[in-house]
Amino acid sequence: MIEATRLAKRFATTIALRDVSFQAADGRITGLLGPNGAGKSTTLRILCATLAADSGSARIDGQIVTPANAALRQRLGVLPHNAGLYPTLTARENISYFGRLAGLSAPAARSRAAELVSQLELEDIADRRTKTFSQGQKIRTALARALVHNPRNLILDEPTSGLDVPAVRKLRAMLQQLRGLGHCIVFSSHVMQEVALLCDEVVVVARGTVVASGTPEALREGTGAGNFEDAFVALTGEDGQP
Amino acid sequence: MMRAMFTVFVKEFRENLRDRRTVMTALLFGPVFGPVFFAAMLQFSLDRSRLGSDETVEVTVMQPQNAPHLIAWLESQRIVMHPVTGDAAAARRAIAEQRARVVLEIPAQFGDQLGAGKPAVLRLYADSSRTGDERYSRRLATAISQYSQQIASQRLALRGIDGQQLTPIAVQDVDVATPAARALLVLGMLSFFIILSLLTGGMYLAIDTTVGERERGTLEPLLATPVPREALLLGKLMATCSYMMLSMAMTTVALCATLSRIDLEQFGMSANLGPRTALTIIAVTAPLIPFLATAMTLIAAWTRSAREAQAWLGVLQLVPTLPLVFASLMNLSATLPLMAVPSLSQHLLITRILRAEGLDGVQLTVSVVSSILLGALLALAAARIYRRESLLI
Repeated sequence: MIEATRLAKRFATTIALRDVSFQAADGRITGLLGPNGAGKSTTLRILCATLAADSGSARIDGQIVTPANAALRQRLGVLPHNAGLYPTLTARENISYFGRLAGLSAPAARSRAAELVSQLELEDIADRRTKTFSQGQKIRTALARALVHNPRNLILDEPTSGLDVPAVRKLRAMLQQLRGLGHCIVFSSHVMQEVALLCDEVVVVARGTVVASGTPEALREGTGAGNFEDAFVALTGEDGQP
Repeated sequence: MMRAMFTVFVKEFRENLRDRRTVMTALLFGPVFGPVFFAAMLQFSLDRSRLGSDETVEVTVMQPQNAPHLIAWLESQRIVMHPVTGDAAAARRAIAEQRARVVLEIPAQFGDQLGAGKPAVLRLYADSSRTGDERYSRRLATAISQYSQQIASQRLALRGIDGQQLTPIAVQDVDVATPAARALLVLGMLSFFIILSLLTGGMYLAIDTTVGERERGTLEPLLATPVPREALLLGKLMATCSYMMLSMAMTTVALCATLSRIDLEQFGMSANLGPRTALTIIAVTAPLIPFLATAMTLIAAWTRSAREAQAWLGVLQLVPTLPLVFASLMNLSATLPLMAVPSLSQHLLITRILRAEGLDGVQLTVSVVSSILLGALLALAAARIYRRESLLI
């Protein structure tokens, strides 16, 4: 369960978030949809405690997120924008390093990494250094790394960006499987079709504010638009070119 | 927390070891090639400055027939003469074209001037910008002035005056420098090399574990792990420190090993460069490591890009060497207040060890405690930066 309540955040010269609130329930996929620069990444970073909000609060499983509350991050797996893997470590080493950081013993981290390698079909590349990986391979490795400590909650920042169609389909299937296992999944995207296909719940963000939320169908009906793309344009006030 | 710190340390250490370029600069070029190069230079300059009076000097002479006695005297002084004909312009050309190091021209009127009791003129051509040729012209000039002194003494003796009247005052030099201290003139660069090796050994890791990690986008997932940021920082600092220690220890051992092969005794210098000395130097320098590691990490964490960090750390490399320059310019010796200054105190202690003067317990304690204390203070400052969110963006 991930909750954001009236989050606001400003950087030196720009206001990134004015008012962002939403709830993401367990066993559901919640999509944060918005044009570039709308505040999606800032919201996700506040939820991961890598940034602190100026006002408002973020909660994971009911507990308030702060950078000092390191134990709470035990309940959270994160896939950052562009995967963020160590290029000179192998896929397996990237995964088990984060297992060790989450408190697993060395043998436990190794066997958990092996488990994830087969689960996410990484066998062919598991012992190669990640600097040569394709974007799809990187994202799958980063997803395995986010899952290494078996967190209930999962945050993914633009996981589908730069992926080809087969890789996107593979990732979609994996996320649906995780939803079936009861995980709470929040992911951001600026691709409408992506969100419409995958999400149970959509939160539309524009200029640092939540402008609408609901199921994809409800959003489409609420705006009276014929398709989801028209609904998105109506909601964000953008001309459809994010 | 301890376990997470150790996990970070092991990963950073191993990852850095995989970067072949870094390992080459941090652990091979700096610590091994530097000292070998230094020793070779030293050997070369010692060879060149050696003033063996038994060494045969070769000199080109113009019109030797004008001064047969002088030529005979010079030949008795192991100076080999190569007679040539020509004028002043030919002499200059011979030097310029490097056919001769020194040319002695004996003008035709030399004999007449000598006979008349007037100063007889000789011309000595040499190029003072060729430092290697200096000892040849010096040998020749010394031999000629001895000959001149002999003639003067003979002239006075003919007039019944004791030749010693010409030297009313005799100055005797008494050099009280111990052989080890004399060696220090040559080995003064040692502490500089050792302290510099700390910086080159840790620089790459200090950048890579902070701003480098941010640039590669790996810092964000790392900060989202359930590990307190202080533990991440300490693990990274430990890895940086261990590379600095490796680099410094290798440099010290390489310096002692290569320099002890140079026969310094031959020049009246006794260098104290055994394994015991190497170990003592390493132990005395080690307390400086956390201070410098944290300083580099702090600067790297504060910069915006790895490039910028490299520029700043390049500047930082000068900072610990400044006290060394002051120490040698102002001829500072080890006093208690100076022992509180990191890098200066290590320089002074290394100097004492090399001079075989023995270490003062109080001075050593002040040096160790102040370096570690200042390092801990810097680590607190670094922890503050690590808690700031601007670390990430």
